[in-house]
Amino acid sequence: MTILVIAEHDNAALKSATLNTVAAAQKIGGEIHVLVAGHDAGNAAKAAAQIAGVAKVLHAEAPHFAAPTAEGIAALAVSLAAPYSHILLPATGFGKNAAPRIAALLDVAQVSDIIAVESADTFVRPIYAGNAFATVQSKDAKKVITVRATGFDAAPASGGSAAVESVSPPADADRVQVLGQELTKSDRPELASARVVVSGGRGLQNGENFKMLEALADKLHAAIGASRAAVDAGFVPNDYQVGQTGKIVAPDLYIAIGISGAIQHLAGMKDSKVIVAINKDPEAPIFQVADYGLVGDLFEIIPQLTAELG
Amino acid sequence: MKVLVAVKRVVDFNVKVRVKPDGSGVDTANVKMSMNPFDEIAVEEAVRLKEKGIATEIVVVSCGIAACQETLRTALALGADRAILVESGAELQPLAVAKLLKAIAAKESPQLVIMGKQAIDDDANQTGQMLAALLDWPQATFASKVDIADGKATVKREIDGGLETLAMSLPALITTDLRLNEPRYATLPNIMKAKKKPLEVVTPETLGVDVAPRIATLKVVEPPKRKGGGKVADAKELVAKLRNEAKVI
Repeated sequence: MTILVIAEHDNAALKSATLNTVAAAQKIGGEIHVLVAGHDAGNAAKAAAQIAGVAKVLHAEAPHFAAPTAEGIAALAVSLAAPYSHILLPATGFGKNAAPRIAALLDVAQVSDIIAVESADTFVRPIYAGNAFATVQSKDAKKVITVRATGFDAAPASGGSAAVESVSPPADADRVQVLGQELTKSDRPELASARVVVSGGRGLQNGENFKMLEALADKLHAAIGASRAAVDAGFVPNDYQVGQTGKIVAPDLYIAIGISGAIQHLAGMKDSKVIVAINKDPEAPIFQVADYGLVGDLFEIIPQLTAELG
Repeated sequence: MKVLVAVKRVVDFNVKVRVKPDGSGVDTANVKMSMNPFDEIAVEEAVRLKEKGIATEIVVVSCGIAACQETLRTALALGADRAILVESGAELQPLAVAKLLKAIAAKESPQLVIMGKQAIDDDANQTGQMLAALLDWPQATFASKVDIADGKATVKREIDGGLETLAMSLPALITTDLRLNEPRYATLPNIMKAKKKPLEVVTPETLGVDVAPRIATLKVVEPPKRKGGGKVADAKELVAKLRNEAKVI
């Protein structure tokens, strides 16, 4: 059995979910290869070679991989697929976009968002916003899988010394042009991998009030997240969204402020180690999952909390 | 330009599902069913394209049991022109649905397919990308803004950390994300009118598609329960507990 992990990276460095995906591959067992498709991505390929447990890195360089499209990644993956029993991608925006395209081109089903490996063909994945866990068995000879990062402890980023081999990608079909990316500029840790997350909901009432969370997040070196309600109301951009259809997080500390706790939101954060809820409604469902609930007016509590953290 | 919209009938997003005691799945008997919320956004986007004079006809498709006709009628009431049900009592997994939709697309020759990014029951997030691959069309997943002009689609899409703008030639496939639009409600006169709109029923067999599942569900269980409900009196006690008891700060 040989497993191909398709790395997510920004050409300079690997995204953290790549390490969790390698960890899932280790649970499956067999030789692990990592594919780094990028432009001037030598450093990302070197980083992949250092991951403990990786046997080989395939490095594909092309200008159209500077901001890779699903079409480009899928064409490349399919051209390399023959020797592999499993193809794994992180269940991030990148992996969710590309993986089903790879699976369909190989005429195999995809197992999405696995949180545990039972055997080489059997996996556990959440369904219905995490309200049920399904154990599923893939009958296809080749398995295309996306991996939920919070389900697997990251593989060590160092200790490996894999060989890096260049592979040549198929020509770009050129039907999709990436016109540009607007990335939220932030010095904060990445939401999906932050140790502490401070999230706000509709209780914050408007986008201006969301800024109150910044001072608190600064004190805790936290990422800032939001409920779907806050995104729907236009308080913050969509990439802040934690939940079933947003990001799945499992930090050491999750602080939910003005969030009622709809099942769609709980799906994205209930695996956090410690959950704090601050809400004026004592009946809010968020308190049922919170280790420490504080009932009260968030507009009074946030400044107090920020001051206490001094 | 003809637009094809795919919709799925799912357990309503407000329902908290229960796992069956025998572990064979979740209980969907006597549970409120609705159109998948992301598919409502897909229908709305198609209707807006028609209102702008860009789309000329909206064909809405669903795959599943006869009751999916209700979901299709909802889409017709929202502004779709006609509907196709691929009727099957079998478990239809994303790859099978993508193949069925490919067969429908081959008959209908739409310039654009719009569908939800993910169904809120199986949370697979696969079918749109699979259909795009099978049709060999470009894809724009997780769309938050769509502009169609001169045979091209320009799509802003949600990515981790921000937004990405793609330009692609038509025909193309788009999957919807939350911020794309806010779906309208069907009005009573439109619900009445929808009853008279054409709804065709076909089967996987007549389309020549093998829908046999490739993934077997061995068991379904409740997730581990989290023990919550602890309370603190004020910010001071909270910080003390986080420092000394939970030791996370």
